[in-house]
Parts: sequence; C-alpha cells; structure tokens
Amino acid sequence: MNTGIHNSCGLCRIDMQHITVTSGEDTLLEDVNLTFHCGELTALIGRNGAGKTTLLKALLGERQYKGRIHFTDHNGTEVPVPKIGYVPQQMDFDKSMPVTVSDFMAAAKGGYGVWLGKNRKRKQEIQHMLEEMDCGYLAHRRLGALSGGELQRVLLALATDPVPDLLVLDEPVSGVDLAGLDLFYKRVTELRDKQHMAVLLVSHDLGLIQKYADRVVLLDKTVVAQGEAETVFAAKEFRETFGFAPGEVAVWK
Amino acid sequence: MEMIYGFLESLPFSMFHYDFMKNAFLASILITPLFALLGTMAVNNKMAFFSDALGHSAFTGIGLGVLLGLNDPLFAMLAFGIFLGLVITRVKAANMVSSDTVISVFSSAALALGIVILSASGGFAKYSAYLIGDILTVGQKDLLVIAGVLLVAYVLWAVLYNPLLLVSVNRSLAASRGVRVLLVENIFVMMVAVAVMVSIRWVGILLINSLLILPAAAARNIAGGAGSYHWTATVFALISSLVGLTVSYIWNTSAGATMVLTAAVLFFLTYAIGRLRK
Repeated sequence: MNTGIHNSCGLCRIDMQHITVTSGEDTLLEDVNLTFHCGELTALIGRNGAGKTTLLKALLGERQYKGRIHFTDHNGTEVPVPKIGYVPQQMDFDKSMPVTVSDFMAAAKGGYGVWLGKNRKRKQEIQHMLEEMDCGYLAHRRLGALSGGELQRVLLALATDPVPDLLVLDEPVSGVDLAGLDLFYKRVTELRDKQHMAVLLVSHDLGLIQKYADRVVLLDKTVVAQGEAETVFAAKEFRETFGFAPGEVAVWK
Repeated sequence: MEMIYGFLESLPFSMFHYDFMKNAFLASILITPLFALLGTMAVNNKMAFFSDALGHSAFTGIGLGVLLGLNDPLFAMLAFGIFLGLVITRVKAANMVSSDTVISVFSSAALALGIVILSASGGFAKYSAYLIGDILTVGQKDLLVIAGVLLVAYVLWAVLYNPLLLVSVNRSLAASRGVRVLLVENIFVMMVAVAVMVSIRWVGILLINSLLILPAAAARNIAGGAGSYHWTATVFALISSLVGLTVSYIWNTSAGATMVLTAAVLFFLTYAIGRLRK
C-alpha cells in the first residue's frame, strides 16, 4: 500500500456486500449492498428503526454481521484496517466531568495518560487541529461546557486527524443552531473535496441533504432506493417512508 | 524500612513512638492515593454503587477462604471480587435490567452469602472486624503488598487512562479510534477489585467505598482539567489520611472512620468554594 498517495486521496471505495445483521429473532439489516466512493458525500436516510445506526456500527466494527465489507484504495488494493473518523450522534457523558477539550483530544490521540500532563509538542498539535476547524479558542474549556455546535466542531477536528479513509457523521447536528450547521457542513464538504475522503452522513434533515449530499441512500432494513437526492426524493418508496410528496421537501430548504 | 522508621521517630509527634502507628501511617499514605486515583474514574463513570457492591462481596470472599481452609483469605477475596466485578459488568452490558438494580441484586446476594457461610462455620463475631477495619493492625509484610499494588496501579494508569477516558465520553467514538472497549473496562474493574480487597482489612467493608468516592468527588468540585483533578484528589486523600489518623490517635476513635469524615469535610468545603466561584 502506497501510504503517501493513499493519504492524499483517501480511499477509493467501500463495498458492503450482502450485509445482514440479526439480534436474537429480529433482523436489523437484510442483504444490504452498498458502495461509497471517496470524494463523495453519501447521505443515509430512513425512518426510525430502519437500521441506520446498525449499519454504522457494522462499518465501525462494533457490530457482528454476515457478509463482507471491503475497503479498497485508489490502486485497487484492499486496505485491511481502514482509518475511520467518527462523529457520534449523542454525547451523553457526564457534563460535570473535569476534562478540558485539550485533555480529551490528547487522550484520543493516545500516548501516556493525560493526567500526567502534556508536553509542548502535544499541546501545539492539538491547538493546530482545533484551529483547522476554527475552534482553537476552545482548547481550555471544559468538554461538558461546550454548546452543541462547538462540540460538533471539536469532534470533527478529532475525526479528521489522522486523515481517515471514511468519515462517518451520525446525525451530527442535533442541538446545533442554523449558523453552526452551515459552518459544519461547509467544513465537511471542504474536507471531502480537499482530502478526497468518503463521507457517510446519517441525517433526518432532508433540506440539508438536498443541499450537500452527492448521493442519497434510503434504507429500510435493506436498500430500497438510492441515487441523487432528486431521484430518491421522487421515488415511491420515499413517499411510503416519509408520507409526503417530493415537492413538499422544498419546505426544508 | 528501618530508615523510614528512623525518620518517622525523629519527627516531633508522640504517635510515632509506636511501631503500629508508624505502620498505620505508612499504610494510609499508600492506600488513600491508590483509591484517589481509581476514584477519579469511578466518579466520572458513576460507579459509586458498583464499588460499594465490591466491598460487600468481601464477606463472600472471606467465607470461601474459610471453606477452602486457607490461612489467609486474601486470595479467595481477590478471586471472588474480580469474578463479581466482571460478572456485573457483563450483565450490565446486556442491558436487560437497569444497572442499579443489577448491582443491588449482586451486592445483596454476595453480602448475604458471605454472612451465611461465615455464621455457619463457627460464629460470625470474629469476622465482624472486617466491617469497620483496623488500620492499626497493618504489618510490615502488608505494607509491601500495598506498596506493590500502588506501584502497579500507577503504571497501569499511565497506560490505561486515555482509553478509559474515551470510553467514558463515548464508547463508539473510542471503538472507532481502535480502543478495545470491553478489555479496557474489564481491566479497570479488576483494578478496583484488587484495590478494595487488599485494603479492606484495614479500612472496613462499610467505609471502603467512601475512600474511593470522596476524595475524587471533592476534587471535582474545584478541578478544571484531568491533571488538576488527579492531583487534587490525591492531595485530598493524603490530607484525609494524615488528619484522620492524627485525630483518631488523639481522641482514640476509629482511624478509618475519622479519615472518611475528614474527606467528607473537604467535600463540603470544596462544594461551597465551587458554588461561590459560579
């Protein structure tokens, strides 16, 4: 694997083949076949319980599945352990925990325990990562004291360092104001274009998806429709899931 | 050892004229920082009830030791404590019942089983000392064991703290960055079990949990980051042990209880300071 080129263009393709996930008697995902391309923002939509989170967990290796997931770089070589950047949906940690943003970032980057302190190199590295996402001023704030938008940007800064093969954003906008949302997606699309990484986004916000997604996948245990936003929003399966006609989607814009 | 003894004797405190007080002093400045360290994470992860259950399970460990005919029940206690800790973590992860219910069930069962075994095998009275503990009975060999555990704990903590912190913030995020979530959690649970079982004879089943929770809880009131959280908790633990031991010597009270009371005073003081700052 040529790591130099690999870093510059991310991973070329992620193929999910015949992915089935069961939990006891329930089938959470059935025979899902999907391909995510690098340099593309794919949005995953579907009703609650359609298996969106399960699909992410299978990708992250947190959930056992039947079937195969291949990560292939631009040379067509398979990447055995891909780097995945993940921005979680909810952060229901103890908000009064005495941990600063830079403590948290340093802990995520590894090395010796952050309670022993951080050397200057480590601090500078973290400051730089935060500034890339326009949130350098947050370094010494307590993690639990951040607003929704601030936390999202910190998590995005973390998820994109080291540059991942696949960036996974799980409904990353809950509790974020509109200006913060726009900033967040601008950064994500910038990353997609500059770093040429594959981005997978789970969201309920159809207006945002229409604005930013290159491709939309409608999931209901399995892939029921996929393609460009307009195509999927016009599909009869879309209407069956969301219960309104595609024209009404414009309300979200 | 002689050097340390000699140093303590040279200090102008009458309590250091006695070997048992020297040992108690050394034991408390080793045990309390160990608990302060583990306590920082136990409080972050809301595990106060869990560690309480571990303490209660010590009786079953002692009982098993008696049944197996061991002279020193420590190994039976360690084994049972680790076993119980891992089982509770496992059952909690299955998410079938709420976690405080799970812990309560295990805690009561372990406590009752221990008492049943001990009362059957010839009078519970001689084991009731474990309830309150007595730090004045620490011997030199015990000190070495405690010092060894403390040393290992510090080394593990340097390695394990970062992944543990990530797990306590978000498990999926930790997993996405290559942390082996279950392994890390299990090692932490085992560390708490070992710390509890090694110290329970000196601190007592009823008070052991306070030693884990109070210094960290007090430090949280005023600490801003991970570093100051740890060092404040450690300093508070040391203050509690020194003040507690001295006061208990003067007033002839239970050393463990006096230490815990000191830590509680620190908690209320820092709580007030924290409130004033806001």
